[in-house]
Amino acid sequence: MPDPYFQHDTTGVKRMYALEMINITKEFPGVKALDRVSFKVKKGEIHALCGENGAGKSTLMKVLSGLYPTGTYDGEIRIDGKPVSFRNIVDAEQAGIAIIHQELALVKEMTVGENIFLGREPRKFGVIQWDQLYYEAETWLKKVGLTISPQTKIHSLGIGQQQLVEIAKALAKQANILILDEPTAALTESEVEILMGILEQLRAQGVACIYISHKMPEVFRLADSITVLRDGKSIATLSRAETNEDEVVALMVGRELTERYPYVKKTLGHVVLEVKNYSVWHKEKPMKINDSIHITVRAGEIVGIAGLMGAGRTELAMSLFGAYEGKAEGQVWLEGKQVHIRSVQDAIRSGIALVTEDRKRLGLILGMDVKTNTTLASLKNISRLQVINQNEELKWSQKYVDELKTKTASLETAVGTLSGGNQQKVVLAKWLMAKPKLLILDEPTRGIDVGAKYEIYHLMNKLAKEGVAIMMISSELPEILGMSDRIYVMREGRIVKQLSHDEATQENIMMAATGGE
Amino acid sequence: MEIKAVIEQQPKKKNVFGKIDIRAYTMIGALIAIWIFFGMLNETFLSARNLSNLFTQMSVTAILAIGMVLVIVAGHIDLSVGSIVGLTGGVAAILSNWMGMPTSVVILCTLLAGALVGLVQGWLVAYRAIPAFIVTLGGMMIFRGALMGITKSTTIPIFDAQFIALGSAYFTDVFGIILAAMAVVALFVSTFRKRKSRQQYGFTVSPLPFELTKLFVISALILVFVVTMNSYKGIPFPIIFVIALALIFSFIATKTTFGRHVYAIGGNVEAARLSGINIQLHTMMLFVFTGLLSAIAALVLTARLSSATISAGQMYELDAIAACVIGGTSLMGGSGTIIGAIIGAMVMTSLDNGMSLLGMETFWQYIVKGSILILAVWIDIASRKRKTN
Repeated sequence: MPDPYFQHDTTGVKRMYALEMINITKEFPGVKALDRVSFKVKKGEIHALCGENGAGKSTLMKVLSGLYPTGTYDGEIRIDGKPVSFRNIVDAEQAGIAIIHQELALVKEMTVGENIFLGREPRKFGVIQWDQLYYEAETWLKKVGLTISPQTKIHSLGIGQQQLVEIAKALAKQANILILDEPTAALTESEVEILMGILEQLRAQGVACIYISHKMPEVFRLADSITVLRDGKSIATLSRAETNEDEVVALMVGRELTERYPYVKKTLGHVVLEVKNYSVWHKEKPMKINDSIHITVRAGEIVGIAGLMGAGRTELAMSLFGAYEGKAEGQVWLEGKQVHIRSVQDAIRSGIALVTEDRKRLGLILGMDVKTNTTLASLKNISRLQVINQNEELKWSQKYVDELKTKTASLETAVGTLSGGNQQKVVLAKWLMAKPKLLILDEPTRGIDVGAKYEIYHLMNKLAKEGVAIMMISSELPEILGMSDRIYVMREGRIVKQLSHDEATQENIMMAATGGE
Repeated sequence: MEIKAVIEQQPKKKNVFGKIDIRAYTMIGALIAIWIFFGMLNETFLSARNLSNLFTQMSVTAILAIGMVLVIVAGHIDLSVGSIVGLTGGVAAILSNWMGMPTSVVILCTLLAGALVGLVQGWLVAYRAIPAFIVTLGGMMIFRGALMGITKSTTIPIFDAQFIALGSAYFTDVFGIILAAMAVVALFVSTFRKRKSRQQYGFTVSPLPFELTKLFVISALILVFVVTMNSYKGIPFPIIFVIALALIFSFIATKTTFGRHVYAIGGNVEAARLSGINIQLHTMMLFVFTGLLSAIAALVLTARLSSATISAGQMYELDAIAACVIGGTSLMGGSGTIIGAIIGAMVMTSLDNGMSLLGMETFWQYIVKGSILILAVWIDIASRKRKTN
């Protein structure tokens, strides 16, 4: 079979493969993570890599980016037709490969500019040329649509802005092959727009982009080709024009998904949460993050909170849970009684549970095992005189592992080694065990695979049926639309719109969230 | 995630030996190797008399290390324990010698002083958010200064025989045997109760022969220990303190909500806070514990030396930290065991004792101890890396 790379003709530039990964096999003790995977990306194309969590996408990208050095895998990598072997990440970078990780890899205490040029600072006689660094950093920031000063410290930026800085950092490396691993997981709609624009520009410049995403609309908007991985094998490479969302999702999961959002009409009970004229002040600055909020949630109801990043949704949830440092004003009523929640302990006692948006940083103790994390918020219920009944602990955590179908080797497995979806199930188990009346979910399905998402939706429906009041914050519009009985839209700290399940559409939510009319 | 899937497919074969803490066994192995090494170079090292001395010597470091483990697990450090030992030792000597108080009052007041000092430091760390390193570094200087002030920089001898007995008495042979018998009975009873309870819950238990073998081995070790000690003068009194405190604090660390919360705080303080754990109260209590344990160590030390000096306890904080680290406690917080720290203290003391017996010069002793500390952590980190790869 003739190698396409050598088919030079006048129009052939576009058809050259920038990257060929041929028969890549990577084994871990006892498991084949990649099984003869072939993956080819042309110059000037955006190539989406789809697959459920655990399908092997990240492993494949780690092979490509030199994280797994040559020799630890079988198969061949070619760049522009020439075989290459990377001993480390630096080798891969020098070959023009840049990766934007799903987990942000920025130094929090350093400025944006320092991060963009980390390890490649412009130098003269070993002295960093700060003016040049910040000047260039600013131009890269403009390219990704960020108007912040390059001298801003990373920790003062939101997650979405940090993600854009990551992208600016990769662009500054002038890569020929750019890998984006779930780049929009933390971005708002407008930031996603900026990113799409950048990628289209890069495509025109001949950069090969590998785009890993769970989000089908994005994939179908951007990608020229789509490769689906499943269980460590490359299942198919499709041209976007010749396929559709349902086909790709079916290939990913190996089954047809008939309903992606299992919405059920529910019978609503009494009012569980009533928030009246609630305002939250910024923890440092004299400004309100939430202003005059009115919210009610009934037993058995799933209430969606939509809005853009920075609309104050997470702060509202944290404040109701007693975990936000800023002062709160207004009234909170739980089941007809006014409550004053000053700490997380108060909140748990009153029957509120919060599944936080950042499970690794806020939700779990990664070094501790499944059972310890499961029981952490309700140790009191399984202890007498402060002494933990360890058999009860095993019993309860096993119960939740079974109920939520958490995939774990044992109850003594450290949660840090589980996949995202299973970690999220452990967080959910922790709060289910606390038997909440009101369950607040902040981005409950961020970065987890389709199967686990679906299970979490079913769990939400089941809890609602049992009479739990659920408040779900989500940046994924389809999820909000697909799961909520009622939707509040927030913008700049205020509730600007309330919609029923039947009224809501992507358009009217987005309109309210962005302030358009 | 890929790996997990495969593990799931394998039949759920429980490890026949139950949960074995490989790290703990490695440390015990290392300790035995050190003993054999010194035993071969100098036959007096393994004599009953020397072993008895060794255990008495290690008691102070071990008691301090017990408290230090929990502080380090929670992500803090306590540099002041050595100075608290000095200060509370001085308080004890003043009460006993200058003021002629009975032993019981001396003990009570000393413990109170230790706990109080810990409370103040703990409050500053927990509720005023001053880094523990700074608070206890300051404390280290302040308490040493206070000791010099209250004792007017003199050495205060102890004459109260009851007090001195705390550090230098031995249990009679018969009492030692009775203690051993009680320990063995308690061991069997608790093991079988646990088995029964697990079975009631329908959990798997390790096979009975294995469990019995384990129990007999531990019982034999207890017996060998008592017989060895009895062949000299009996079980040294301070060792009982160490054993009792180790049992109590191991229980607190592994079986109580307090202990669980401390490990959670060290593992991820934000997640712990959002799980409804009172971070500040727990943090403060840890320093109360180290203060209290330092006072107990001070009583043992002052009694053993039958005097309080202004240099008592100097550098002990570093020995305690080293013992924890050798025993596998991570300075990053979140992991560490009491038993590990005790073994770590034994390793440190065995090195001290062994090298002194060999007549090694002091400068070499420091160099060797320092190197062993670094080596232990090096091996630990290397083995962890191999495990994750």
